[in-house]
Amino acid sequence: MEQKLAFLLFVCAVTLGGCAIEPWVKPYERANLADPIMSFNRDPVSASYIHHVYDSREGARGAGVATGGGCGCN
Amino acid sequence: MKFSIWRFFPVLLLLPAILELQAAVLPEERVDLLYHKYDGGGVTIDGPSFLVRKNLGESVSVGFNHYVDNVTSASIDVEVSGASEYTEERTENSFSVDYLRQKTTMSAAYTVSDENDFDANTLNLGISQDMFGDLTTISMSFAIGDNTVGLNLDGSEDFSEDTKVRSYRLGVSQVLTKNLVMAFTFETITDDGYLNNPYRSVRYCNDPACTGFSFQQEAYPETRTSTAMAVRANYFLPQRAAIFAGIRVFEDTWDIDATTYELGYTFPYQDEWIFEASFRFHDQTKAEFYSDLFPSANAQNYLARDKELSTFTSTTLGLGASYEFGRSWARIDRGSLNLQVDWIDFDYDDFRDLTQAGPVGEEPLYSFDATVTRLFASIWF
Repeated sequence: MEQKLAFLLFVCAVTLGGCAIEPWVKPYERANLADPIMSFNRDPVSASYIHHVYDSREGARGAGVATGGGCGCN
Repeated sequence: MKFSIWRFFPVLLLLPAILELQAAVLPEERVDLLYHKYDGGGVTIDGPSFLVRKNLGESVSVGFNHYVDNVTSASIDVEVSGASEYTEERTENSFSVDYLRQKTTMSAAYTVSDENDFDANTLNLGISQDMFGDLTTISMSFAIGDNTVGLNLDGSEDFSEDTKVRSYRLGVSQVLTKNLVMAFTFETITDDGYLNNPYRSVRYCNDPACTGFSFQQEAYPETRTSTAMAVRANYFLPQRAAIFAGIRVFEDTWDIDATTYELGYTFPYQDEWIFEASFRFHDQTKAEFYSDLFPSANAQNYLARDKELSTFTSTTLGLGASYEFGRSWARIDRGSLNLQVDWIDFDYDDFRDLTQAGPVGEEPLYSFDATVTRLFASIWF
């Protein structure tokens, strides 16, 4: 029993140790990533609108940025 | 109505490569004022939208969005039904709250949409967590929507049907290198209730030789579950420019399969201008109960002739320009003026244009173009 508990603790320690990943992109190397042109959603109102246009006129939906809203599609 | 996980295999292949992006911060304090216009296929929809986001202290952000659609429609669906052009207005108001605690952001939003024949109320709850040195962000959200469908026709004042919508969403964004960030999104949505469009009809042959046709009311299943997965990537190019690519795969229990590809290029000019060009291609198959022409009345349990449920492609070319100002102004951080225009081409493979002459079932296939314009100003403070 103690051996199993020790093994379980060992597995947990190794697994949790994996969470302590050293950031491979240092904070001082993130200037390009912080540039507004790298944002996935730079203009939220405009992006929400165009996704609503597609959701209303196509059969596919989801995994975009728009939420809620009515139809306006007849 | 099959569900095949293999359809998502291309996206799953990319999943291990996904890393994380921004550190936990509240949304930017900003005001946006937007005018939008959609024009195509006999439909014109335009109106304003207004967004304001403000921090309350260091850990709470509140937001309000007001949105209006002014619709004027003489679409092919309206023409074929014999109705005349109609106008209506839809208003949407959304309230949101974000709460930041260390590297965790909790958010709630409530959206109310009103039009004369469709009311929608949506509650969205979400949580996101930064980890691994702020290189990874994992987010989850749940949305619950209650819709009421009406019918704006004489004698149908008492028509009222309900729909319940549930959405479950998981997102992971990851910094891969100092120039590359990727994001993965999975979302499943379930609908339960009245899913028809009460204004639309299907057509069927009057006789076995199909020398003529008539119309009857559509009949949809009362449930639908859809699954979508998307992978998107942004790469920072030398000389300060960015390239964007994305793919979304979709399938649902109505047998619609769809794939959407996106590609974009963003480049600044001098210090004030940002230009953007984008391309989007969407390809989908029809719902299993869709047909342009059924062989007889009540030919099957479920019947649809909505072109949104047909087999078609849509192709979009987008251009945008943004002019930044106010970095030296005293009362704001900065502002921008923006114009974005998209041209969308819809090409239907099995939806025929009944406004054109032709033998029954051999009328020309329908297609149309739409122009989508957004003109807006943003101010950060």
